[in-house]
Amino acid sequence: MANDHIDITVEPGEVHALLGENGAGKSTLMNQLYGLLQPDEGQIIVNDEPRVFKSPRDAIAAGIGMVHQHFMLVPVFTVAENIALGAEEVRGGPLGWLDRRRSRRDVIETSQRYGLPVDPDALVEDLPVGAQQRVEIVKALTREVDLLILDEPTAVLTPQETQELLAVMRSLTAMGKSIVFITHKLKEVKAIADRITVIRRGQVVGTASPDTSEEELAALMVGRAVSLEVEKSPAEPGRSVLKIEGLVVDDDRGVRAVDGVDLEVRAGEVLGIAGVQGNGQTELVEAVMGLREVRAGAVRLDDDDLVTMSTKRILRSGVGYIPEDRSHDGVVKEFSVAENLVLDMYDQAPYGNAFSLDLGKVGGNAKERIEQFDIRCQSPATPVGTLSGGNQQKVVVAREMSRPLRLFIASQPTRGVDVGSIEFIHSRIIHERDQGTAVLVVSSELDEVVGLADRIAVMYRGRVLAIVSPDTPREEIGLLMAGITGDTPEGEK
Amino acid sequence: MSTATVEEPTEVVAAPEPFWTRQRRLGLALILLGGLAAAVFGALAPSEDARFTLSENAEGAALSINGQYGAVLFGVLALVAGGALFAGLLKRWSNALLSAGILAFVLSFLCWQVAGEFMPLVDTTDGTLQLALPLILGALAGVLGERSGVVNVAIEGQFLMGAFAGALVGTMATSVWVGLVSAAVGGMIIAGILAVLSIRYLVDQTVVGMVLNLFALGITGFLYERLMQPDAPTYNTPPQMPEWRIPGLADIPVVGPVLFEANLLVWVALGLVVVIHFGLSRTRWGLRTRAVGEHPTAADTVGIRVRGLRYMNVLLGGVVAGIGGAYFTLVATGSFTKNMTAGAGFIALAALIFGRYTPFGAFGAALFFGFAQKLATYLGAIDSPVPSQFLNMLPYLATLIAVAGLVGRVRAPAADGLPYIKG
Repeated sequence: MANDHIDITVEPGEVHALLGENGAGKSTLMNQLYGLLQPDEGQIIVNDEPRVFKSPRDAIAAGIGMVHQHFMLVPVFTVAENIALGAEEVRGGPLGWLDRRRSRRDVIETSQRYGLPVDPDALVEDLPVGAQQRVEIVKALTREVDLLILDEPTAVLTPQETQELLAVMRSLTAMGKSIVFITHKLKEVKAIADRITVIRRGQVVGTASPDTSEEELAALMVGRAVSLEVEKSPAEPGRSVLKIEGLVVDDDRGVRAVDGVDLEVRAGEVLGIAGVQGNGQTELVEAVMGLREVRAGAVRLDDDDLVTMSTKRILRSGVGYIPEDRSHDGVVKEFSVAENLVLDMYDQAPYGNAFSLDLGKVGGNAKERIEQFDIRCQSPATPVGTLSGGNQQKVVVAREMSRPLRLFIASQPTRGVDVGSIEFIHSRIIHERDQGTAVLVVSSELDEVVGLADRIAVMYRGRVLAIVSPDTPREEIGLLMAGITGDTPEGEK
Repeated sequence: MSTATVEEPTEVVAAPEPFWTRQRRLGLALILLGGLAAAVFGALAPSEDARFTLSENAEGAALSINGQYGAVLFGVLALVAGGALFAGLLKRWSNALLSAGILAFVLSFLCWQVAGEFMPLVDTTDGTLQLALPLILGALAGVLGERSGVVNVAIEGQFLMGAFAGALVGTMATSVWVGLVSAAVGGMIIAGILAVLSIRYLVDQTVVGMVLNLFALGITGFLYERLMQPDAPTYNTPPQMPEWRIPGLADIPVVGPVLFEANLLVWVALGLVVVIHFGLSRTRWGLRTRAVGEHPTAADTVGIRVRGLRYMNVLLGGVVAGIGGAYFTLVATGSFTKNMTAGAGFIALAALIFGRYTPFGAFGAALFFGFAQKLATYLGAIDSPVPSQFLNMLPYLATLIAVAGLVGRVRAPAADGLPYIKG
C-alpha cells in the first residue's frame, strides 16, 4: 500500500509542502489528485465539492495542474505546440485545423502575465532544463489552474535556478494560486512553505510550520533522529592514484560531453564532482571505467593506462564502481541477492571457475555481506528487484567494496535511497577513504558533495571550472555550477 | 553580478566539425557514381540515338540524344553535382544538388540502355505510378500507425487480405465498389487484430506483425484453393475498376494520360498523401498523433486518450492498406492468386522508412521503387545485358543504406513500437 488513509487540505494562496523520503508515497498521492491513478478509498474535494478524477482531463477541468518530476514535454515539438497539446485552439470545426497564431499568442500572454519568459517557437529539446520547467509551469497556467502541484521541481536545477523558482512560486501564491510543493529537501521547504505535511510509509506522520528546525523535520520524515552531517576526520591524502589529463569524450549523440578535463585523486581523499546533471559528469565517469570511448587524453591509475583496458580488467585492477543508474547498470533485478553480490567475481576463485559456480561459497559470501552491510532482505535467494532502493544500493556497495581497492568511484551513490541507507552508505564511503583508497564521488545533490568531499571540482559544460574546498560558501559553488566564474573580465554580459 | 560573466556556450562546446560530414560523404559517392557512369556507361553505349517518345509506343514526337554522348554528358553532370556537394558549394541547395546528381546518373544509365532503342515516356511514367500505387498506400498505412507509436509490419498481410476480400466480395456482388469497400474492411480486420494484441495485450509489435502476415497468407491461400479455384466464375472474377478521363486535362502531354485518364485509386493515393501530410502537421488530430508517438505519457497527462488514438490510427491504416490491396485484384490483374502481393508490403515498409516516416517522403520513395520495378521490366523487354534482378533488389538496398544512416539519420518516432502502460 502506497497511501494509507491520508488527509490533506490545501488552502487558497498557500504553498503546502509535502515532505517525505523517496518512496514515502508523495508522488502516488499527487498522481491520484491529478487523475493518473484512482484511489481505492476516500474522496477528493475541490471547493467544497466532491470530485472523481478518471483522467488528468477531469483534474485539469477542476483547476488542478501538475509539473512532473520528469517533464511531460515532447522534445521534438515547439514550446507553443507543447503548451497547446490537449487544449488546442482550432478553427474549421470538425476538421480541427490548428490555430497556431492564437496558440502562440496565448503562450506569450501567459508568459508575460506571470513573468515567466519562454520562447514559443523554440524546440523543447534545445532548451536547458530550467527553461523546460518554465514551459511546464506556463503549460499549467494557460489551463487556468487554481492549484499547481510541483513534483520535486528543484532536483534538476542549479541553486540559482532554484531561487528563481521559489520567487515564481511566491508571485503565484500572491495572485491567489495554491501550490503543493513535493520535495525531500529541507532547506527549500523552510524557505517557501506556509505549511508542511510530512509523509512516511504512506501515512501522514505530522504537520509542521516552516519555523520547525531542519533536525526536527528530518526526524519526522525518517522516524528517528538522524545526523545531517557526514561525520569525518580531516583527510590525509597520500600518493596520487588517479590521474586524468586532457580527457575528451563524446556523448551518445556524438556531441562533445567532456572537453579537456584534468583531475587528480589522491589516496585517502574524496574528490567530489559537483554540477547540474548533464554537464559531462556521466560521460567522464564512464570514460574512466572503460565504458565509453575516449577521444583524447589520458587516464592513469598509478602506472596503469586505463584507456586501453577493458572494463573487466579495470574493475579487477582495484577499482570499485557505483553506477548512477542502479537498476540498469548496478544490479540484475531478476537475480538473487547472492548472485548479484558476486557479479564481479563469478568466474574467480573461490566462487567459481571456467565451468561452474560453487554455490556454497556464493551463499556463504552473501550471508557475510548481508550482515556486514545491513542489507534488509528475506534471504540471500530473494530477487534484488524486490528490495527497496536503499537496500539494492547496499548490495551494489557491498559487492564493489569486497575487492581490494585502489580507487572507488561512486556516481549518484544515494539517488532514490532512504535517509537511513544514505547515512550508512556515506559512512562506508568515508571508511573506505580512511583505508587509504582514492575516492571519486559524483553527485548532482550539492549537499552530498559538500558533505563527503575533501576537494570539490565543479563541472560545467564538459569542463572543470574550478576546484574548491568544501568550506566554500554554497552561493559561490552555485554560481560555478551555473557557469559563472568570478575571475573573468568585466563587461561581457 | 557585475564582475561575473556567463561563459559563452559556443566557446565551450564548439568542437571542430568533422571532415566527413554528410555532404562530403554523399558528394564523394556521387563523384564516384558520376565517374563510373561517364566512363563505363559511355564506353558501353553504342553511338546510336536513344529515343524517348512522348507516347505509349514508338510513334510521334520524341526527345532524342546520341546514346554514347548522353551517357558521358549526364555522367559528367552527376560528377559535377557530386563535386559541388563535396566542396561545400551551394550549401543551401545541397538536397537539390543531390537529387540532380542522382537524376543525372539515372539518365546516363538510360542513355546507355536506350541507345538504338526507344523508351515510351507515357508508358514508363504510367507504369511507375501504377506499380507505386500499392506501395504509396501501404507506406501511408505505416505512417498512420507508426507516427502514433505502433509498428506496422503487417502491411503485407493487410494487402493480401484486402486483395482477397476485394476479389471475393467484388465478384459475388458483381460490383467493383462493393469490392473496394470489402478490401478496406479486410485490411482493417488484420489491423484490428494487430491493434488489440499490441495495444491491449502488449505483445511485441514486430512479432505480431509477422505472425499476421503468415496468418493472412495461410488463410487466403487456403480459401483460394478450396473456394476460389474450383469455381472461379462465381468467386474469383471481380469486375475491374474503370478508367476515368477528365476532358481537357487528359490532353496534356505525358502528364495528362498518366494522371487524368486513370482509375480512382490513383486519385485516392495522391489525395491521401496530401491529406495525411496536412492532417499530421496542421490539425489537432495530427498534433495529438505525433505526441502519442513521441511521448505518450506527456500526452496522457494533458488528457489525451493514448490508447484510443492509437486504435483509431492503426485501424485507419488498415483501411488504407486494404485499399492498397484492392489494387492487386481490382486494378492490376483480374483475379486473386495465392501470395499475389509477393512482398510488396515489405517494399511499402521500406518506402516508409526510406521516406523518414513522412507522407511525402514515403510517396517519393514509393515512386522511386515503382520506377525501379518498371525499369526492370523495360530492361527485360529490350533484352538488356543488365539483369533485372539488380533493379528489383534496389528497394531493399536503398532501405539498408537509409537505415544504416549513410544518408543522414532516419529518426523514428521516439515511442514507436513501445506499448503504453499507464502509471
